[in-house]
Amino acid sequence: MTPAAPQGFLSPTGVEVAFVLVGLATLGAALVSVTTRRLVHAALWLVVALGGVAVEYLLLTAEFIAWVQVLIYVGSVVVLLLFGLMLTKAPIGPSPDADSGNRWIALGVAGLAAATLGWVVLDAFRTAWIDLDGPVQGSTRVTGDMLFRHWVLPFEALSVLLLAALVGAIVLSRKDPRATGDTAAPGSRGADGTEDPEGTR
Amino acid sequence: MHLAYPAVLAVLLFCIGLYGVLARRNAILVLMSVELMLNAVNLNLVAFDVWLRDTLHAGQALTLFTIAIAAAEIGIGLAIVLMVYRNRGTSDVDRLRDTAERPGDDGPGGGPDRPTAPADREEKAEAAA
Repeated sequence: MTPAAPQGFLSPTGVEVAFVLVGLATLGAALVSVTTRRLVHAALWLVVALGGVAVEYLLLTAEFIAWVQVLIYVGSVVVLLLFGLMLTKAPIGPSPDADSGNRWIALGVAGLAAATLGWVVLDAFRTAWIDLDGPVQGSTRVTGDMLFRHWVLPFEALSVLLLAALVGAIVLSRKDPRATGDTAAPGSRGADGTEDPEGTR
Repeated sequence: MHLAYPAVLAVLLFCIGLYGVLARRNAILVLMSVELMLNAVNLNLVAFDVWLRDTLHAGQALTLFTIAIAAAEIGIGLAIVLMVYRNRGTSDVDRLRDTAERPGDDGPGGGPDRPTAPADREEKAEAAA
């Protein structure tokens, strides 16, 4: 939308250099996270990748989203994933069967998708420039203003959805009292798999 | 900033997540890869919102909603994985093939998998109670 900025590919600005460096770190962390054989390390590398994405939001002047990303993803989603790994008794050391047998097909599909999408995106936005100067576009004031002026109804609907998801997760992870009474005989598995329903949240 | 930088970064992040979803065997690692894909989409939304200078800031609002929905999704997904683990003793998505149709398989639940048998018994006990 903005007119073509005077700078070119060969004279990157400082923001662009920082963006590329953080982007490389993010991509590397994401690659390690999907290829490592240690399950807990995968979750910890995911923290690096998600934090890198938060820094990219900051560089794109979307401050509020960056801090929401840090709070929700790095703060709670990764902790939830680590809880899941611990509760399913994931091995701490390397597990040789972390990847399934179709990993080469997966690699082909992912490479093909990356080539196609990358070519399309590069071809489509060759002359598009983001104007990062001027007022900050994603400060807390701006975000709160637009969220509670134009997007109140989706916001409230989303809170109802979060409540429904919370109740659903509790119901799913709760142990059925009828099942424990009736099938006590094969319940040796159930005894060590039991956990507090609130513990998963 | 050139728009190609965030767009290409989002493409690569999405494809890394796609590889993880297809290649991983543990269900929780599949959920992690889904998170990577969602983050790629969020990065795209923010970049295009900043590029378009939208007065409604639809991209940033949608990013916030996507983050909230992703949190709900990860909660439900982990609850399902924990339930499957409790019933089957594994969270290996390659071994959860009860609903797969094989040639020469005449009915559901008749698979040769050993871990399905106690689960079936539990279901029957529940139905009888």
